[in-house]
Amino acid sequence: MGNEEKMSDRRNFLHSMVRSLGAATVGGLAWTGFLDGKKVYATILRPPGAVPEREFLAKCTKCGLCVEVCPFKALVLAKPGDERPVGTPYFRMRENPCRMCGDIPCTVNCPTGALDRSLVSDSGGPGSPGLNINRAKIGLAVIDRETCIAYWGIQCDACYRACPVIDKAITVEYTRNERTGKHAMLAPVVHSGHCTGCGLCEHVCVTKKASIFVLPRELAMGEPSDRYIRGWDDADEARIQGIPDETETVTPRSEKSPLDYLNKEDF
Amino acid sequence: MPAFREYKFLALRRFSQVSIMLLFVAGNLLGWHLLRGNLSTSKALNILPMTDPFAVLQVLASGHLVSGEALAGALVIVLFFGTIAGRSFCSWVCPLNMVADLACWLRKKIGLAPSGKPSMMSRKTRYWVIVTSLAVSLATGVAAFEWVSPISMLDRGIIFGMGMGWTLVLAVFLFDLFWVRNGFCGHICPLGGFYSLITRFSLIRIKHSREKCTLCMKCLEICPEKQVLPMVGKTSTAVTSGECTNCGRCIEACDAGAMKFGMRTGTVKP
Repeated sequence: MGNEEKMSDRRNFLHSMVRSLGAATVGGLAWTGFLDGKKVYATILRPPGAVPEREFLAKCTKCGLCVEVCPFKALVLAKPGDERPVGTPYFRMRENPCRMCGDIPCTVNCPTGALDRSLVSDSGGPGSPGLNINRAKIGLAVIDRETCIAYWGIQCDACYRACPVIDKAITVEYTRNERTGKHAMLAPVVHSGHCTGCGLCEHVCVTKKASIFVLPRELAMGEPSDRYIRGWDDADEARIQGIPDETETVTPRSEKSPLDYLNKEDF
Repeated sequence: MPAFREYKFLALRRFSQVSIMLLFVAGNLLGWHLLRGNLSTSKALNILPMTDPFAVLQVLASGHLVSGEALAGALVIVLFFGTIAGRSFCSWVCPLNMVADLACWLRKKIGLAPSGKPSMMSRKTRYWVIVTSLAVSLATGVAAFEWVSPISMLDRGIIFGMGMGWTLVLAVFLFDLFWVRNGFCGHICPLGGFYSLITRFSLIRIKHSREKCTLCMKCLEICPEKQVLPMVGKTSTAVTSGECTNCGRCIEACDAGAMKFGMRTGTVKP
């Protein structure tokens, strides 16, 4: 092979590499954009023990084993066209809620770790009691007080009676019905510390469109910043330890005109 | 009536592909324990884990760890196909192979396949798709190919309900029918490419006998991965390319008995 030919071979090789690399980059960018739009579906309710959504989307291989072992056929696998991340499992609580099986077959059978049994087990190291479905955090039940008929003053406790964690996750609060002046209001209230998000309340709700429904906890809950402390709660009050009594905030502006007279004792 | 010999492996392959799918369906609908899950991840008899090793690779590329069980499952598959069965996943297991084969057959039937014309797409495309899948997995944080794979769409569709998944399957069919012969399976599919890479040294191989060969070239005509048969009519040797899917069509096509299944190590008997 002559030197000329060798050069031309090398040039052809480089050309084809650059072309392929270019095509792969174009395809890859379109692919990335497509997936980026697809993977966001914040209102999806995952099986018990699901790791945080982003991690879940990466770890779930869409095998459907959790769906297959669900004795109530409550879990379904998202099909293309379901407007959910394709092939991943989710609940539709209104139709078929989670029955909170004690042996949690969906979580236990997950082969990839997308459903993590440690998230639905009692912590306590070796010899710990093991699975505890009450630790599940599928979502959080939220009540629309404007459409819930119990809040209108009509007697209904369907969600309260259906709740598997009755009197902890849902309680009924009695208040005087100011409108009639002689009746009680029996209003359901959800407590996030105990609600597993199983969806039985949403399933049984008597209103046309459920007035109590499960949302992912990230959507349903707020979060106070560290500076607010419940002084009446000893455990929370303990957080105040180590925080200096006086804090000095220096901003570019306060440096120029330190008019902190409001906080001066002689004011 | 063609002799059964001419369709022996085809019939066996279809039997294998259909039974695997039916066992998965029975696993979901009837709760059979023989085979549960789907081709991404499954469990046989509640004991043996099997995981798509390319899916695991993508999850790792996305920056996440998988459970030991999934890794063990991937190892089972890599060992089985990598040391023994070759790239037979594509022709004996994958349900999309039936769609692709139908397109290929129809293409010939209606005269869309002028033979001898070089393919307009490089066979190496699939390796670029592998690299791209891993890069996209890294960029998006999810296993990229698993989200768009027509194999998964069909496989999951059969087991759990098709939804709109048929569009992608039809797209593969039409692509193979009108555009590129064996277009998806032989050029684009990164899973097929992945199996090609890991099965270079597997045991079960097609073997060619130069002495018996009559140079009719029927094997090359029927082969979905023609580039793996450069030895035909030249030397007696085993087909060692990982791109051979061990489908056995060349054995069926050969009237002279110059092709047969064998072990890569043994000598080719005349």
